[in-house]
Amino acid sequence: MHGLVNRAFQGFLVDTYGTGVWGSIRRDAGLEFEDFEAMMRYNPALTERVIFAASRRLDKPPAAFMEDVGTWVATNPKQPGIRRLLRFGGTDFREFLFSIDELPGRAKMAIPYLEVPDLTLNHNSAHNRIELNLIWPKVNLSAVVLGTLRAIADDYGALVLMEAQETGPLSSLIEVELLDNCFAEGNSFSLGGGVT
Amino acid sequence: MNQHLSQPQDMVALPGAALDALMPMHIRFDQNGRVLRVGPTLKKLHGAVQNDSDTVLDYVVLRRPSGGDTVGGLLALEGQRLSLHLRSRPGLALRGQCLALPNGGGGILNISLGLSFAEAVEECGLTLSDFSHCDQTVDLLYLSEAVRSVSEASRNLTDRLVASETAARARAASDELTGLANRRALTAFLDRLSQRFDQPFGIIQIDLDHFKEINDEMGHAAGDAVLQHVAKILLAAVRDEDMAVRMGGDEFALVIRGTDEPAMLHAIAERILSDVKLPLEIEGQFVEIGASIGSTRSSFYAKPDPSQMLRDADEALYASKRSGRGQHCIFRMPGPDDRIIP
Repeated sequence: MHGLVNRAFQGFLVDTYGTGVWGSIRRDAGLEFEDFEAMMRYNPALTERVIFAASRRLDKPPAAFMEDVGTWVATNPKQPGIRRLLRFGGTDFREFLFSIDELPGRAKMAIPYLEVPDLTLNHNSAHNRIELNLIWPKVNLSAVVLGTLRAIADDYGALVLMEAQETGPLSSLIEVELLDNCFAEGNSFSLGGGVT
Repeated sequence: MNQHLSQPQDMVALPGAALDALMPMHIRFDQNGRVLRVGPTLKKLHGAVQNDSDTVLDYVVLRRPSGGDTVGGLLALEGQRLSLHLRSRPGLALRGQCLALPNGGGGILNISLGLSFAEAVEECGLTLSDFSHCDQTVDLLYLSEAVRSVSEASRNLTDRLVASETAARARAASDELTGLANRRALTAFLDRLSQRFDQPFGIIQIDLDHFKEINDEMGHAAGDAVLQHVAKILLAAVRDEDMAVRMGGDEFALVIRGTDEPAMLHAIAERILSDVKLPLEIEGQFVEIGASIGSTRSSFYAKPDPSQMLRDADEALYASKRSGRGQHCIFRMPGPDDRIIP
């Protein structure tokens, strides 16, 4: 599993619960090092052990914990880059959703070894509903994606209902119901605002 | 004029708004070059239009190919790849393509940001909706931003690895107690020096006198304090390009680079002898130590061999000890006279 993914779990835990809690989870998960390195690759079993240990320590279902991680990834002010990169996907949330099947390709363009899901998009125009089918190569991180999608919808100012269900050990279905594309004024996004 | 454009069934009349949507950075101009329409993104880029009589050449300056400095010349470059910039933004290199319209209808100059995309977007505050959906500029922006983040993360990792490798190397080459170089570092240093024939060097070996007594009578902590004290004296006696080494126990060595003049070696040794002799206060007691020193010079050897030189310096050191300690001897090649110069 790519270090960036593991690093996101660590970053969320340290940022939200402190180094003490991260230390306990690290020990529970049997990690033999202090920090994940963003640019290294790890055995996927380590990622699963961190998810399991965090879920136990925080007394939350794994999916709820992962969703928090996904939200944190897109909203954490210390690393505005991810939100920015996601906002390249469209001028509003609808456009973003409709181009979401480009997202794995985009991610791979930047980080060739990132384990991205195989993602297919179905649009039911009658109900303004979108179904995302995700199939993961190693660890099912759909709950993280769900958290990120919620944060991005919020960032665009869209009102949506979202739900995820597992359809297999490595696959999930995320259903998105777009209630109001421009419900609130979203956060601003300028193409040229990248950190230099 | 291109033949296919004049076929009636191929003719399409487009409203200006359609041109804006398909080519947000175009200029439509008549046969005299007078500007009829400017795409919305190009307007943003160019800034306010000066006056109605402006021609296309008041907007853009053609860099390559040559010949595009008249309206007729520009139309004649139809279909070619044009390098150009806006008069209002001479620093921004743009790319363009010109289309001549039939029957003296003037032309359309379509422009793209080329490799100036990041600059242009930053300077002019462009947004996603300033680009046609078919334009991949936004993907380029995305990619350049993503690559920047990723390479920053890689650089952080590299920096950390280099720092820890440097620290590990330094640990492997230094003596923990005194911070001087260790025997391993000495060997590597001498190997390098002995391969350079142009540069003489001297080796000075130093043994402390009566160190064992201090260690036995006052304890290891006192012994360690003496060793650290001597290390400071040795470092003060040499230059940055030289090397001060703790060989182990109470044995030290210096490597002097660039010269091996006996007078110089002798001066260094004498300074050490007099500094070491000064009484040292440890745990409220004054301790007196001394040293014996032996040295050798690379000029003695046709081809300096580090281990031979260390043996010879050691021999000179023992000569110092035999003649009553607290002195310095320089090794001399076997000859009819004395081997050791006192």
